[in-house]
Amino acid sequence: MAKIIGLPKLSPTMEEGTLVAWTKKEGDEVDVDDLLAEVETDKATMEFRSFDRGVLLKILVPEGATLEPDVPVAIIGKAGEDISDLLAQVAETGSEAVTETETGTAPVSAAVPVPAAVPASVPAPASVPVSASVGASVPVSAGRILSSPLVRRLARERSIDLSVVQGSGPQGRIVKRDVDSYDALSVGFAAVSGERLPPRVVKASSMRRTIARRLTESMQLIPHYYLTVDVDIAPLSDARKAMNAELEAAGRKVSLNDLIIKAAAVALRRVPEVNASWMGKEIHYHQVVDISVAVAVDEGLMTPVIRDADRKGVAQIADEVRELAGRARDKKLQPEEMTNGTFSISNLGMFGIEEFTAVINPPEGAILAVGTIRNEPVVEDSAIVPGRRMRFTMSCDHRIIDGATGAKFMAAFKRIVESPLNMLI
Amino acid sequence: MRELRYREALREAMFEEMERDDRVFLMGEEVGHYQGAYKVSEGLLDKYGERRVIDTPIAEAGFAGVGIGAAMVGLRPIIEFMTWNFSFVAFDQIISNAAKVHQMSAGEIQVPIVFRGPNGAAKQVASQHSHSAAPFYTHIPGLYVIQPSTPRDAKGLLKSAIRSNNPVVFLEGETLYGVQGEVPDESVDELIPIGESRLARPGTDCTIVTWGRPYYTVLAAAEKLAAEGIECEVIDPRTLRPLDTALMVESVKKTNRCVVVHEHWPYGGPGAEIVDRLQREAFDYLDAPLERVTGLDVPMPYALNLEDKVLPTEERVIDAVKRVSYSK
Repeated sequence: MAKIIGLPKLSPTMEEGTLVAWTKKEGDEVDVDDLLAEVETDKATMEFRSFDRGVLLKILVPEGATLEPDVPVAIIGKAGEDISDLLAQVAETGSEAVTETETGTAPVSAAVPVPAAVPASVPAPASVPVSASVGASVPVSAGRILSSPLVRRLARERSIDLSVVQGSGPQGRIVKRDVDSYDALSVGFAAVSGERLPPRVVKASSMRRTIARRLTESMQLIPHYYLTVDVDIAPLSDARKAMNAELEAAGRKVSLNDLIIKAAAVALRRVPEVNASWMGKEIHYHQVVDISVAVAVDEGLMTPVIRDADRKGVAQIADEVRELAGRARDKKLQPEEMTNGTFSISNLGMFGIEEFTAVINPPEGAILAVGTIRNEPVVEDSAIVPGRRMRFTMSCDHRIIDGATGAKFMAAFKRIVESPLNMLI
Repeated sequence: MRELRYREALREAMFEEMERDDRVFLMGEEVGHYQGAYKVSEGLLDKYGERRVIDTPIAEAGFAGVGIGAAMVGLRPIIEFMTWNFSFVAFDQIISNAAKVHQMSAGEIQVPIVFRGPNGAAKQVASQHSHSAAPFYTHIPGLYVIQPSTPRDAKGLLKSAIRSNNPVVFLEGETLYGVQGEVPDESVDELIPIGESRLARPGTDCTIVTWGRPYYTVLAAAEKLAAEGIECEVIDPRTLRPLDTALMVESVKKTNRCVVVHEHWPYGGPGAEIVDRLQREAFDYLDAPLERVTGLDVPMPYALNLEDKVLPTEERVIDAVKRVSYSK
């Protein structure tokens, strides 16, 4: 018997989804777990797989429609079945359920050769086969986390993210003992006292799975290599102080990271070969400089994009970074705000990391990893003097950026950072 | 410390208070010549005579009203109902006069009266004579309601009730009269304050609030649970109005869970009041929903096997404690 298929809730926080593209058309045979459509959620472009077997009798919403979960999107049944009753039922309720069907948002997937919304860093090229299964085997749990009032208080006090705690109470309610056994320290002590606890099993969030899939693909498909430079950061640091003195009256300020974004953007203008993407049979040399900035959020990371960073003032970059990072942490970023960057910057300096190598965020060609400021002796004109140093490591996609090209970029970047006035050239 | 039966502790309280204050007198059915239907007033008539130990006809509304009038003019009556089931024909006297006169006279007239008698189910006295009366009287502002579980509390609280200048409903346990327990020596004039809970059993894992007959059911269940590694902390409110929740809140903050066990029906009453207050006063400390084990929501059956099922059982207490402890 034919049935109405509603838009599934594809992530725990999904309040609406955009039906980017149907992968079946009316009249197609559908099997359980077949891909029906791609749906862009708050987190990612997700696969909407069928729980049913039959024939796709009717598609009820056009590509590009933005819908709330459970809104009817299709009818699946036996070939030739009469679905007039179901259509009448949809017509009755459908009009108010469909929140938006702006055709303007429809061709997202057509205009851009990558799936649109990506939670984490890495939009995969469309040509990369996508293998994750958000389907029958992994029912996505919907809605709120059940936990006792005590647990909510303890979570606040101990800064525990309850979404990663497995509940052992009725309906999976998280109770005190779950939080206690989650506590890393008490787990350690329990082990010492002889108690052997099994692993705590947590279902990976859709964001986590997307990060895992995309970064694995990045490392497996992209021939990474790494270039590190050690720079004198004192001039940039001094420039920042001077700027902040100027901005103080206006109540604004810039961070060293904002200046590094600007310096990298200018360097990309000077060495545009690095501002490029490997697209299979083509290389795209970008004519805009859009810098993705990695931001740690509760369940993973997001990469809001500063558009045209080369053409913006540092104070404007600072404002945008602050605003976008805040919304990234609140999971309020729009998909288009975190996709289609041309170059990434990841900064772990605040954690005291001296240098590290980052994973390229495809289809971008490179990512710059920023370390911490080191106060250390340096040799200058045969004398040992106090120095302020910082290391930058760029991961490059060797398919488009050869060693000499990458090195050329790093040299240009170093010159700008060590002599910030060069940005004005 | 010596041991007394619950009825002896009550009797001693009345002897001592009648000795101390000659305005105190006892009135009710069979309290004098018959020595009390449950022998609580045994010996009082011989000692204090018919002027202060007064046998009444079977007319609760009448002698409750006479008592209230006597209290209004300065005496300190103890009115015994043969059981609290019979108080219902005097309900209007208690709630409209005893509970209201102080307020309606703008504080001019006090009603220092104690209504006392056995309360709750006994054994096969059927639906009309098995009422647990606490919910009816705790509902009324203007009344104190006391329900002691042990001989010591019975004595100390009855003495405080007799000395109180407010009307007191004093609910004794019909099945508790024979219970023995420690009571301070006669030389100790122990007054237990109205409106103070008591820690009956210390524990760490689950708080149980209980009073009256189920108090003993709970203590037995707590021993069985302790053998399984669950240490219950038992708290007896003793006074049901005004209700003292401080000790309960402190305990729930420690154990993070609570079961309230009482004989009265589940709909409303002090049991529901305690749950309501604890969920607000200890909300951030609760690891499980508060549970109640109550007399079942039916008129008491006559058949003994059914009566045993209706009253709170050890098994139901143990099940509830395990549920809130999330253990099997």
